[in-house]
Order: sequence, then structure tokens, then C-alpha cells
Amino acid sequence: MYKEILNHLPYKSSFRFVDNITELNEDGVRGDYTLRADSFFYEDHFVGNPVTPGVIITEIMAQIGLVVLGIFLISKESGFSGGANEAMFPLFTSTEISFHKMVLPGQKVTVISKKQYFRFGKLKCYVEMFDSTNELIANGMFSGIVKRVGIKK
Amino acid sequence: MTREETLNELKTVIAPYTMNKEMLNSINDQTDLIRDLKINSANLVDIIIDAEAKYDIEIDYDSADKMINVGSCLDVITEKLNQK
Repeated sequence: MYKEILNHLPYKSSFRFVDNITELNEDGVRGDYTLRADSFFYEDHFVGNPVTPGVIITEIMAQIGLVVLGIFLISKESGFSGGANEAMFPLFTSTEISFHKMVLPGQKVTVISKKQYFRFGKLKCYVEMFDSTNELIANGMFSGIVKRVGIKK
Repeated sequence: MTREETLNELKTVIAPYTMNKEMLNSINDQTDLIRDLKINSANLVDIIIDAEAKYDIEIDYDSADKMINVGSCLDVITEKLNQK
């Protein structure tokens, strides 16, 4: 099941920020990602001083905390009717996030997301990110919707 | 509750989701939530959920679909309140 959801993520290589899903149920998800030292953004952010950009931290939290859980909830509701051919496009609709610590190249981060609600197709979650010593890196409210292509509303 | 009273309450429900606070004071039945108040369409779901909590009503999918402008929001809330 976890593997099937990873296969449904619509991202590729340089913009896929989910390595493992370790817990997943109707109320939330837990997953991790290890930042690649050769990722495209480190070369320029910042020159000679690579630090993970806040937008990338946000994206990691959204992919694990919203997209993985969203695909899971939608598939529970209606099933993966089209198998691997069916495209699901997640749309990020809002977030309010606070950053507490920097993330450097090579670091592994764990994301824990708790569902606030899933109604009328919108998923809202409280999402936290921790480092390997369990210290809080970032936290915030995340919302999004998932569009299924080829299926009428 | 009169329609005007409901309208004034609805303003407090909408307020956290619009940055257009000036326009909020002058809303009427024709005010479009997305176009005029510039509310993010996904945040309409939050307005519906907050309205449910405020009025202790349940808004189903079909009713939610109608809540495009202030007038239709008031119609749905009034209808649900009358069903209680």
C-alpha cells in the first residue's frame, strides 16, 4: 500500500521529496526524506554556503504531509480506478509555517502530519518536521486539494 | 433572526479569510466571495465549516456548491436554521 502511494506521486527525481512512508492512516502520516548534497538548489542557495531553502522545506512538508495523505484518503474513498495511468494533481492552496532550525545538505528529516479535516475535497493538516535528534525544524498548517484528471467532479 | 442579523454574523465568519477588510463592511447579497472579497476558493471550505460550528447546522455538498455569493450563503444558512 505504501509503495503504491509512492508510485502515485506525480513528481520526478529532482522534485520528489519523499523517501519513506513509515506510518499512514486516516488521521495522519509520518514519512522521511534525506536531502541530497548534490541537489540543484544548493549550488546557488547560498554560494559557498549551502542551506536548504525554506520553500524546499515547505515542499517536503507538503508532499509528505498533504499529498501522500491526500492520495491515501481519496483512494480509500473511491479506489485507484485507473491504476498507474490515472493522474492525480495535487494543488497546494495555503500554508502558514514557522521555521525553527536550518537544514543542511545530507540531513534526514522526518515529517509528521495530523489531519484537521478532509471535506469537500480539501485536506487541512497540522504538519511538523523534525531532525534526527527529534528537534523541531518547522511547523505549520497546510491545506490543499487533489484533482484527478479524466474523472468528472 | 432577521436577514440583516445573519448578515452581520456572517461578516465575522468571513473576516479571517479576506484581506479586503474595507469591502467586508459594505457587502450585500451580490458580493461574490471569490471575485470581490478575493477569498481563496479552498478557504470557502473553512468558511462553511466555521458557519456550521457557529450555527450548529450541517451543510451538505449540494448546499455548499451554491454558496458563491453573500446572498446564497445567507439563503443556505437560513434554510438550514429553519430545518432545525
